[in-house]
Amino acid sequence: MSETSKVSVKGLPDMAEESYDTGFLEDAEKCVVLAHGGGGQLTHDLIDRHILPRLGNKQLNPLDDSAVLPPSINGMVFTTDAFVVQPLEFPGGDIGRLAVCGTVNDLAVMGATPKALSLAVVVEEGLELACFDRILDSIAHTADEAGVPIVTGDTKVVERRGGDGMLITTAGVGELKAGVNLSLSSIRAGDKVIVTGILAEHGLTIMSVRSGIEFDSNLRSDCAPLNNLVDSMLEASKGIRFMRDPTRCGLAGVLADIAEETGLGVRLHESALPISPLVRHTSELLGLDPLTVANEGKCVVVVAADQADALLNACKNHPLGKNAAIVGEVIEAEPPLVELQTVIGGARIVQRPYGEELPRIC
Amino acid sequence: MNREAVDQLVAGISETAALLKRSIKIMEVCGTHTVSLFRSGVKSLLPQNVEMLSGPGCPVCVTSQGYIDAACDLAVREGVVVCTYGDMVRVPGKGGSLESRRARGANVQVVYSVRDALKMASDNPKRKYVFLAIGFETTAPATAAAVMEADRLGLKNFFVMTAHKLVVPAMELLLAAGEVPIDGFLCPGHVSVVIGADAYLPVVERYHKPCVVAGFEPRTMLEGIACLLHQIAAGECKLENVYSVAVEGQGNTIARRLLQEVFVTAPARWRAMGELPASGQVLADKYARFDALNHFGLSIEADYDPPGCLCGDVIQGKSHPDQCHHFGRRCTPMRPIGPCMVSSEGTCAAWYKYNR
Repeated sequence: MSETSKVSVKGLPDMAEESYDTGFLEDAEKCVVLAHGGGGQLTHDLIDRHILPRLGNKQLNPLDDSAVLPPSINGMVFTTDAFVVQPLEFPGGDIGRLAVCGTVNDLAVMGATPKALSLAVVVEEGLELACFDRILDSIAHTADEAGVPIVTGDTKVVERRGGDGMLITTAGVGELKAGVNLSLSSIRAGDKVIVTGILAEHGLTIMSVRSGIEFDSNLRSDCAPLNNLVDSMLEASKGIRFMRDPTRCGLAGVLADIAEETGLGVRLHESALPISPLVRHTSELLGLDPLTVANEGKCVVVVAADQADALLNACKNHPLGKNAAIVGEVIEAEPPLVELQTVIGGARIVQRPYGEELPRIC
Repeated sequence: MNREAVDQLVAGISETAALLKRSIKIMEVCGTHTVSLFRSGVKSLLPQNVEMLSGPGCPVCVTSQGYIDAACDLAVREGVVVCTYGDMVRVPGKGGSLESRRARGANVQVVYSVRDALKMASDNPKRKYVFLAIGFETTAPATAAAVMEADRLGLKNFFVMTAHKLVVPAMELLLAAGEVPIDGFLCPGHVSVVIGADAYLPVVERYHKPCVVAGFEPRTMLEGIACLLHQIAAGECKLENVYSVAVEGQGNTIARRLLQEVFVTAPARWRAMGELPASGQVLADKYARFDALNHFGLSIEADYDPPGCLCGDVIQGKSHPDQCHHFGRRCTPMRPIGPCMVSSEGTCAAWYKYNR
């Protein structure tokens, strides 16, 4: 990268071939370099040439220090999430899509309409600009899909470290919908538990492409913005008590939260769980329980029993909810545990995983 | 899943167990069976007097502490990368686990297959890659194939630290010691695919214990248990195979040829059970240059139990996990003391996860 050649740089006179080392500028054309984060001309170039053409909108374009948000009537919700994923791009998504969906979904499951997102990108020097652009395109596309503008942002460049390439933090504000009050404390024994689609696709996909354990499969991440699906569900039923997106720790994690916070148990029916043969077989191969594997485009909904069927129908009519299913019910139980009725009529308990889920040996 | 067939099997098992009028102890040798019995709910459907005992079949759990410590020592050496199956990284040793060493900068790489370690070695000739070759006849053929491939490629930076073990000698040892009353064995499907169902004939013939080879679906596990109870009730003792869809009498001849090419049978050190003759596999002389212990001048120190840990008893069916003072108190999957709580195939982890 350090060989010399003749270049013409704006604002600089042409220089003799031997006397000017263009390696640095060539690098800067192809990949992110530290100076891209320095606040100078290269930073401006990065914003003008790579970021604004993709993400620009009325609020972001002025590059003001802060965005001005519309006033709220019913109360605002505010959330933030940091995203680290390897590899940066994977079947069904990438770190950018993940970063938009993660924050949009956290707002949506609170019963809020996402209004605006912030985007902070930390790039490791050496990341190819082509990859950077693809991820920004994906961010733009996903924000558009969700109908939520990115109104403020920041970019930093750090020295090459572990080769992570890029870390993203998004924050989002949303406005609570009128008359919607979702909380764990609304949950009652007898309520039904719905999941909006096939479980474990995201986590297994990431595992299938992760260095060291990659294997060929048709798995794709389910990563998707859920605000539109959530809108349809909230319109279809006034009986929704609680919603949460089962990301890390999967369905088991959300149900463990419910049991711990409410003092009520949950009974799941294995035969009702939306688990595809692909997910089942991959989980078996890796020795993982699909109930504990991450999702990025699914929602767990607790709903009053008499409204469960209506809600399920509304879900199934939405493209992101067509595999939705009623998977269990909230029960009085002491101690409050999540119990799984297996397909053969047996029973076992379900717990949130303890840490990193590790593929088994044989 | 044919629910009717399952219900019939469960009813049959209950009927036979009622006729037997005594406590029946069936050992499932394989860690995958242990987990599947819980996960599928089969365990919750068995009559009270049918007790499943977990045997020495979890690869991580039977690995001696000395081996773990040696692996940790290697991982901190300059220019060395230790490649391991995921379960191994959390087993605590004297100076911490591979995971805690990794957090402090050691090179530990989790791989799903030995081939991944081989590929890393051929891609990065300047570093030395050591694969922790543990497991039974299920994982050993893959190790053997990788060693042969490394030989073909002329790799000088790929090594294996072998602790491969053989299933049947451990079963025989348990019976010879006679400390645990075992009425029959539910024999492991995966291992049997390689070694063949006939490998259990010595157990049947010498020790007169019924052996049934079963797969891991709930129905085949129930079939296996039903067959064992029938034999026990009828006073019979034979070898049966309810997993014939995958397991043949002679096993997988290609895999066995690989094993014969690369390994020789040797004494092996088992956790808590000591050194058992002819129970392990070490590299044949022809492939000795791939032996990590030789290359790095390491030796495996004596085995020891973490203080108060009953893992050694648990893997021999002598104790149930809840008989250990640490179980669920000081020892949990978050902060495991012994390997049976670490491994996803470990008996303690399964009890803690599905049975609390």
